[in-house]
Amino acid sequence: MDERTRTAGDLHLANVTKRFGTITAVDDLTLTVPQGSFFALLGASGCGKTTTLRMVAGLEEPTSGQVLLGGRDISRERPYRRPVNTVFQSYALFPHLDVFENVAFGLRRRGAKNVAAQVRDLLALVQLAGYERRRPAELSGGQQQRVALARALINHPQVLLLDEPLGALDLKLRRQMQIELKRIQTEVGVTFLHVTHDQEEAMWMADTVAVMNAGRIEQLGAPEDIYEFPASPFVANFLGQSNLFAAEVSGRSGEDLLLSAHGSRFAAPAGRARSADGQVWLGVRPEKVQLAPTEQGAPPGHNAVNGVLTDICYAGVSTEYLVKTPWGQEMSVFSANAAAGGLLQPGTEVVAHWFPTHSFVLRRSPDEGEPTPVYAADPLGVAP
Amino acid sequence: MSALGHVGTAVEPGAAPPPSTEPVAGARRRRLLPYLLLLPGGAWLTLFFAVPALQLFATSLYDPSGSLAEGYAMTWRLANYADAVAAYWPHFFRSFLYSGIATAACLLLGYPLAYAIAQKAGRWKNLLLVAVIAPFFTSFLVRTLAWKTILSDNGWLVGVLRDLHILAPGGRLLATPFAVVAGLTYNFLPFMVLPLYASLEKLDGRLLEAANDLYANPVRTFARVTLPLSMPGVVAGTLLTFIPAAGDYINAELLGTPNQYMIGNVIDSAFLVRLDYPQAAALSFLLMAAILAMVFVYVRRAGTEEVL
Amino acid sequence: MAYRFGRWLADRWILVIGLLVLAYLFLPIVMVVALSFNKPSGRLSYDLNKFTLDNWLHPCAAGDMCTAVGRSLRIGLVATVIATVLGTLMAFALVRHRFRGRAATNLLIFLPMATPEVVMGSSLLALFVAGQVPLGFWTIVIAHVMFCVSFVVVTVKARLAGLDPRLEEAAMDLYASEWQTFRRVTLPLVLPGIVAAALLSFSLSFDDFIITNFNSGSTVTFPMYVWGAAQRGIPPQVNVIGTAMFAVSFLIVVGGQVTAWRQRRRLL
Repeated sequence: MDERTRTAGDLHLANVTKRFGTITAVDDLTLTVPQGSFFALLGASGCGKTTTLRMVAGLEEPTSGQVLLGGRDISRERPYRRPVNTVFQSYALFPHLDVFENVAFGLRRRGAKNVAAQVRDLLALVQLAGYERRRPAELSGGQQQRVALARALINHPQVLLLDEPLGALDLKLRRQMQIELKRIQTEVGVTFLHVTHDQEEAMWMADTVAVMNAGRIEQLGAPEDIYEFPASPFVANFLGQSNLFAAEVSGRSGEDLLLSAHGSRFAAPAGRARSADGQVWLGVRPEKVQLAPTEQGAPPGHNAVNGVLTDICYAGVSTEYLVKTPWGQEMSVFSANAAAGGLLQPGTEVVAHWFPTHSFVLRRSPDEGEPTPVYAADPLGVAP
Repeated sequence: MSALGHVGTAVEPGAAPPPSTEPVAGARRRRLLPYLLLLPGGAWLTLFFAVPALQLFATSLYDPSGSLAEGYAMTWRLANYADAVAAYWPHFFRSFLYSGIATAACLLLGYPLAYAIAQKAGRWKNLLLVAVIAPFFTSFLVRTLAWKTILSDNGWLVGVLRDLHILAPGGRLLATPFAVVAGLTYNFLPFMVLPLYASLEKLDGRLLEAANDLYANPVRTFARVTLPLSMPGVVAGTLLTFIPAAGDYINAELLGTPNQYMIGNVIDSAFLVRLDYPQAAALSFLLMAAILAMVFVYVRRAGTEEVL
Repeated sequence: MAYRFGRWLADRWILVIGLLVLAYLFLPIVMVVALSFNKPSGRLSYDLNKFTLDNWLHPCAAGDMCTAVGRSLRIGLVATVIATVLGTLMAFALVRHRFRGRAATNLLIFLPMATPEVVMGSSLLALFVAGQVPLGFWTIVIAHVMFCVSFVVVTVKARLAGLDPRLEEAAMDLYASEWQTFRRVTLPLVLPGIVAAALLSFSLSFDDFIITNFNSGSTVTFPMYVWGAAQRGIPPQVNVIGTAMFAVSFLIVVGGQVTAWRQRRRLL
């Protein structure tokens, strides 16, 4: 079957759109997954990431646009003609076949020789040696997941698609499997396209992350790049947390932009600004912010916001502080508990400050106000 | 038989996610496929159910003075219906009365059984379900005849009832309406139990616990929680019992006398003995129409259209 | 002490009533078994008289009963095969495909289950008479297939609808064409439903009287034999057949349950 032994290449989606009736699930999507990379499609439920994956697998057909693999247009080919395999979210193991036959399924359909040896090798790779004769119903969730992985990998696909494969596992197992998958991918060298809504998982495992929203890609890049310099408020809030302040550009000073927000002045590097004039969001990640008592004041040159400490969430490794600003916005500050003791108390007047180079500046459209805070600070409406 | 409870709940291919558009190659063949799959069965049902039904309707309008040998004249004689009702309305009434009583009895007997199996049986559930359908394992006629022995004048049951003066001395159970209704109840009880079971099985025990937590005593819990939630099963079971029972004539023939004859007996004799086809056809359609009307009113009142 | 007994009873009174109803369901079956060992005092007597093994030793001594049983079995087999095939195809169309006329099809399938047997039997007879089709084995088969198809569709549909469509997607993802997917994944998983439908179909066919009576002409099936004998005098061998039917069906169903139970035990 020559299509499947062709030299591998990049996966390229060109202007792919998918409509279901009046709903547009995927909207003019273009992206390239480099061969051999671990690529994550990240987004909330309903953003179109699973639909995109299914179009690559051949289980959906694009309404328009093309899916190209190694330069070849596979958009209209049936799934069984594509050199692409999928690990399904619910594993989709065949309940009437044992583990051996499940894993061997793809090989048998292609008439491969030497099936038994290949199955043994793959089961060893996923650390399930000796489980050949078990039935899927007899396996735990983690074991089923590994069988699903082996079943897909054994066919040496050019691209391996993973549809939220770790969603059904408990936390500890998920961590283990994340490390496993990364190890296997590095060892085998196959292109992995991983769909998930868990942003930590995406950043842990992937070389490149694409953040999807409403059928479009909001930002694409290496995890640290898109985390440290998000492209839009959506990415800033979806990937980790951000403090975003409504601001206006008031001028420039050398390499820095000068901003004014709520009567205070701030600075940010021009290289970390998506927009150089007009209305903007001034953003800073909570872990980059430090707290000092107001009397002590902020170090010179730092961006600083005065406020009152309203809440403390102690989480062992770190503490999250909520600071209420004079204009009523709640700032979030993460502080590693590097030294024991010394937690600030609610009600303390503090100044939150950070290096200007940690700021990022995003475009703001006129109708956007302060974004709703991550925590509903007052769900029962009883606060004064 | 519990599969009947699933009629109409099949997952549409468009549920989640929506179905894929087919590739161009072979698209036309794929579009035709469902019609090809439906063709043999659909043709069979059309030819041997729908067409005969229409034909029967036409027959009901024939001039009754014809015969099989001489042929019938189609005169659109709606009067056939009026004549049939005039001649046999006692049988219609009796049929619906008997099957109505039998259905009610089935409900009273079947509900506790279904409830017990669904909620209280634990690991014996499957065995008890098998026991419920066990009567189907032997012939309908044979087990109805067994009732002749049970209810026989010389049998144990009649003897006890006479001794207790529930029955007059020399009183009988056989050849009475009681026997016919008892036979109907017995034969159609599983048809009531299985849909009820299907409905009650889905009842979440925690709902009952929640009701108790919110100050409802067992009676109120039943009336306000259990019964309304099991209504689809009640409706399905009632229909599956009443409809065949209304048209039954075996119980009347074997356990009763001509005084207990139901409309089914009349139709049978009209077709096979008296060979009066127009009248027989008219009676058949009257039976169907009456049943459909009652079903319609009942389903409307019960407020459940999900039966189907 | 009395309180605890009272609570025990309150929790279980439903179960007790249920078991009583179950006993009521079994009463005639017990009677049928008893009657199969009965030597009746007279041809028209239905009372229990004397115990005997004769009926079991000479089950075919009674007239044409065994011929009728054989005929019922043959009819059942043929009708089951046809009805199962037709019904399975229809079930696949309904669950797996979109097409126009779904409502009409559902109606066509549902109506036979809701129509009184007298009406179905008599209308079919009228058709055969009008078409001058000789009544006999094949008209009975046609009639049986007609009312069994609906039950097959419903049974297979239920099983098919419960089948995870992801399994078929996974098969195609793993290089199985549509036909291979059907053969290797869909069919094995639907098979229990098809088997159940076939068993249901067979039992409906074997036990049918009303529709058969209308469309059989002079051919006699087992239920018709019993009906006719009810006038002339029931030979006790009829109850032998009834008991045998019960035993066979019971074994099949229990066998199925035991197999499922043993499969579940493997998982522990």
